[in-house]
Amino acid sequence: MRASPARPVLLQAALWWRGLPATALALIGACILAAIAPDQNYYLNVVMQAVTYAIGVAGLVVVLGYCGQISLTQAGFFGMGAYVLAILTVHQGVPFFLAALAAMAICGLFGLLLGFASLRLGGHYLAMVTISFQVILTLVLTNWIGLTGGPDGVSGIPRPALLAGTHLYLGFCLVMLVLTVFYTWRLKTGRLGRAMQAVRDNELAAGTCGINIFRTKVISFGISAVLGGLGGALFAGAFSYVSPDQFTFDESIVMLTMALLGGVQSPFGAVLGTFTLIILPEWLRFLKQAYLAVYGAAVILIMIFMPEGVWGWASVRFGRMPGTPGEGAVAPLPLFAVQQSEDAAPVLQVTDLAMHFGGVKALDGVSFTVRRGAAHALIGPNGSGKTTFLNVISGLYRATSGSVRLGNATLDGLAAHERTRLGMTRTYQNIRVFRGMSVLENVMIGAERPGNDARTAPEVMARALAALDFVGLRAEAMQPVGALPYGHQRYVEIARALAGSPDLLLLDEPAAGLNSTEKQELSQLLCRLKGHGLTILVIEHDMKLIEAVADHITVLNFGKCIADDTPRAVLSHPDVIAAYLGEPQAA
Amino acid sequence: MLAILPQLIYTGLGIGAIYALCSLGFVLLIRAANVVNFAQGQFSMLGAYIMLVLLVGVGVPYWAAFLLAVILMAGFGVVFAGAVYWPLRHRSQLAVIISTIGASILLPNVVLATYGPSPATVPGLFANPGFMVGPIFVDTQYLSVMVITVAMVVLQYVIFEKTLLGKKLQATSQDKEMASMLGISVAAMVLITFAYSAILGALAGVLVAPILFVSVGMGGTLALKAFAANIIGGYGNIPGAILGGLIIGLAETLGAAYISTPYKDAFGFLILLLVLLVRPRGLFGELIAEKA
Repeated sequence: MRASPARPVLLQAALWWRGLPATALALIGACILAAIAPDQNYYLNVVMQAVTYAIGVAGLVVVLGYCGQISLTQAGFFGMGAYVLAILTVHQGVPFFLAALAAMAICGLFGLLLGFASLRLGGHYLAMVTISFQVILTLVLTNWIGLTGGPDGVSGIPRPALLAGTHLYLGFCLVMLVLTVFYTWRLKTGRLGRAMQAVRDNELAAGTCGINIFRTKVISFGISAVLGGLGGALFAGAFSYVSPDQFTFDESIVMLTMALLGGVQSPFGAVLGTFTLIILPEWLRFLKQAYLAVYGAAVILIMIFMPEGVWGWASVRFGRMPGTPGEGAVAPLPLFAVQQSEDAAPVLQVTDLAMHFGGVKALDGVSFTVRRGAAHALIGPNGSGKTTFLNVISGLYRATSGSVRLGNATLDGLAAHERTRLGMTRTYQNIRVFRGMSVLENVMIGAERPGNDARTAPEVMARALAALDFVGLRAEAMQPVGALPYGHQRYVEIARALAGSPDLLLLDEPAAGLNSTEKQELSQLLCRLKGHGLTILVIEHDMKLIEAVADHITVLNFGKCIADDTPRAVLSHPDVIAAYLGEPQAA
Repeated sequence: MLAILPQLIYTGLGIGAIYALCSLGFVLLIRAANVVNFAQGQFSMLGAYIMLVLLVGVGVPYWAAFLLAVILMAGFGVVFAGAVYWPLRHRSQLAVIISTIGASILLPNVVLATYGPSPATVPGLFANPGFMVGPIFVDTQYLSVMVITVAMVVLQYVIFEKTLLGKKLQATSQDKEMASMLGISVAAMVLITFAYSAILGALAGVLVAPILFVSVGMGGTLALKAFAANIIGGYGNIPGAILGGLIIGLAETLGAAYISTPYKDAFGFLILLLVLLVRPRGLFGELIAEKA
């Protein structure tokens, strides 16, 4: 079964074109605006500052808005970019454009370095390390007089010869701003941007979707540093003078406030927030003394009352819901049709797996095999180690000892995303969807599993839509996932796992929290999956569901396998009955 | 140069004890309320200013001003919790962090607007500035800092590990929902934590006031050192926070004396970066891991 090839081509064109016409219009608009701008230095300076700042603030949108990592040194990168440009052009005579590229490269390098040092752990580490960076940078700018000119700064920074006139240079900056906004906007709806948002919304689930969390965070911070450097370099050219007090920690806070106020989820928000906070103080001069106090209060109030910022607030209320892309038929999920049998090839081989938490042996030498095409159930009383088992298999916990093979590959020592790449996807008992994104985007992240056969953007989109078709949620594709009822969110998670076309699907108590109708639907869904020949390992308490779906059952108790056989044999096994109902009393 | 080494070590440990005290309040909030409070240093700044106003402006006796400042700051901790944390308690940690960053900008600038930018001095706890022990001049203020820091560490250990209140606080930190089902008043626990954390911050502030100037910027500087101390020692780890504070105090005192005075503030951060690269979970390891 194949869909008509015309559809993906159309889809590809739509994906490739998105935003380009508007950007072309904006570029023309930028040129016209620069040409007709009134010829007053004061006015031009304010606009120039706003434009260059907005490019830097767009960097915050990437790292904070998309990836959820707090950077408190955007003004630091901005200043670094400005100084690199100033020093190279003034002291070394390097041409402007080359110096600007060098500024972006050096900022990017520092961004990667700082990110590498601090992003392996939680988000607060980056916040602290970036403050430290900001402090050290200010010290260096002030004290390394030989290089930076010390407190006096660097003056006489040239503009490119072709763009020396203020109107021309403003036009150039505006064009760069439009391009930055376009890049940042496209980034959000692309593969990398989706990965960033997945990391922001749920790190654990992002990892088991195959996303390299650490790399994604470092790249997002690197991008923000490059944009900071670009904004700073343009700023230096605009004002022809830089000094350390322009790029202090306070200024980083101002940039943070700009991003939060405008809306940190969108580059349009960044532009809005930047222009507001640069032009507004010109009117509210009486605040000069206390403007930072007002900014501080604004940050708290925005977080409490308008966390999505002005742009986010407005686009939720006045924006229209985008139509479902690629409406109509898509190729259904690829079939896995493999006849299940007791001697089929093993997909998952677990040997002597142990996981100890201190003295507690959550898993104590578990061995069993899941064969291709099987619907294999793992059951056991509460606390028997089932969920621990799944977390070890999917790479969230590191096993104390033992080994796990998936197909021909050994998984020992691999991180979650590497295991996913080898062909394993999973769901969670307490649903872990990416709440900041639409249903479709959630499932697209699943389809973007490294190692999946859907590679290009249209293929990924088609695969995601097919997975949504399979679970019956195609109509809700563009809904924010948080707006769906609990049971449907579970289906989104299953669709996300299916879209990656895994060799092995791990389901962690899929029936938990569902009512009896929903459980029945789930049971049918799992039977359909089984009919397709997909290999499933399911942890479940609900025996009705197990009986309906499973064709092989493994029973865990106190971290050990106590039975591993066909359902009929397992459910009449005396040890299993004892584990569930207690030992029979001696007469 | 080597002759002054013992003296530098004494001074470094004294400064380090201040950082440790500030870091202790910071760790407490992480452990009990799971809040990373970027405004922690502002508790110290406000404490120092309250003492200054009571002492110089109102004319309250020294010890009364000292104690009143600490007590008032406990109340401020509760107000802070209500305004900055409580409305966001169901939202992501990111939202709370940003909110505390907002507070860390708001507070010093409010003081700046009302009190002006000029730094002020406060006399030490004891009239006697110090005495010689061998080659070391034992400054009484530094000595007081160290003694009080040790006392607070012991107190915190006893509260957390030996009392029911401490168990309740820990339970609240680990699982708010479960704690409330067990009849623990989560709100009360959170407020107590903020109040106590503000007390620790204020103590650091009033103790450091005679050593450094009382200035609007002091909170930010202290907070930075406290964060760094916390990461060096191991995130959320109490002994680690103390050790981290002492390491930073020593590093910058020795660095300023032997390497470069203008870059004094950079040495602690260089150690921080080094620790992150070599041993990212800190010297004592991180306590909190996310549950799958």
